[in-house]
Amino acid sequence: MSEMAQVMRVNARGMITLRGDLMSTLMKKSIKTVTGLGMPTSGQFLGNGTSGVAWMSPDELLLVVPYADVAKFVSQIDSTMKDQHYLAADVSDARAVFSVSGTNARDVLARVCPVDLHPGSFCIGQFRRTRMAQVAAAFWMHDTGFDVVCFQSVGDYVQDLLTQAAENAVGAAFYT
Amino acid sequence: MLIFECPYCGVYADETELQAGGEAHLKRFGPGSDDESFEGYLFMRKNPKGVHLERWRHSFGCGKWFHAARCTMTLEVFGTYSAQTLEPPKALVEKIKAKRPKWSWREFGGAAT
Ligand SMILES: [Zn+2]
Repeated sequence: MSEMAQVMRVNARGMITLRGDLMSTLMKKSIKTVTGLGMPTSGQFLGNGTSGVAWMSPDELLLVVPYADVAKFVSQIDSTMKDQHYLAADVSDARAVFSVSGTNARDVLARVCPVDLHPGSFCIGQFRRTRMAQVAAAFWMHDTGFDVVCFQSVGDYVQDLLTQAAENAVGAAFYT
Repeated sequence: MLIFECPYCGVYADETELQAGGEAHLKRFGPGSDDESFEGYLFMRKNPKGVHLERWRHSFGCGKWFHAARCTMTLEVFGTYSAQTLEPPKALVEKIKAKRPKWSWREFGGAAT
């Protein structure tokens, strides 16, 4: 692994998929209760390197929370959203999580995703679901780098992919 | 490379992030319809050389289906629009006709010259 870009697998990151009407007051209340944050706008991630809320689609959010608190938060959402049309599911163990940081971090992702990672186009607080080489993935940028999530079933593939991309980015970086 | 702006998440997605869904605005003929209409619904598709209206899915992104107007010959994209509609928006039709005067929806035609 180079000093210019670090790829690390993050274990035990709590994640909750929350689907429903993002405009509804109860949905906003649920997010506030669990994360203390407001409703993200399209393509936005609110939070920091360990917790937050991401906009997944017009009817879906991803809540990033401490692993130990997931069950408690899901039941809090269930009681807030009672009788509404919604879904709150613990997806912590369904996903693999990676952190990509360092001066070449943008290049690592740009090598494997069809996304404009120029600092003028993608900055802190932005979230993107996309294709990472052959699989689906999503990433967001926070104040200390990028977090990447993919399905656990392709976690080893993505780990190898990002590690190789980090090595290849050395000396051939575009964004630094 | 074909690039569409997804009307649901605002992302400029290239075709590797998308899944093609074929001709847009088909009318379904199901149980009770005659054989000819059912066959037409299942198998008969327009394949114009020129501006086509198609369904696409942002499969690696937000996962939503949307509509797109693009030229099958030049790959020029005229616009994308919501899936919750039975016909292309008027403004989009006018935009296509301004560039390809011979084009009309369902009749198609008006290939780039
Ligand atoms: Zn989309």
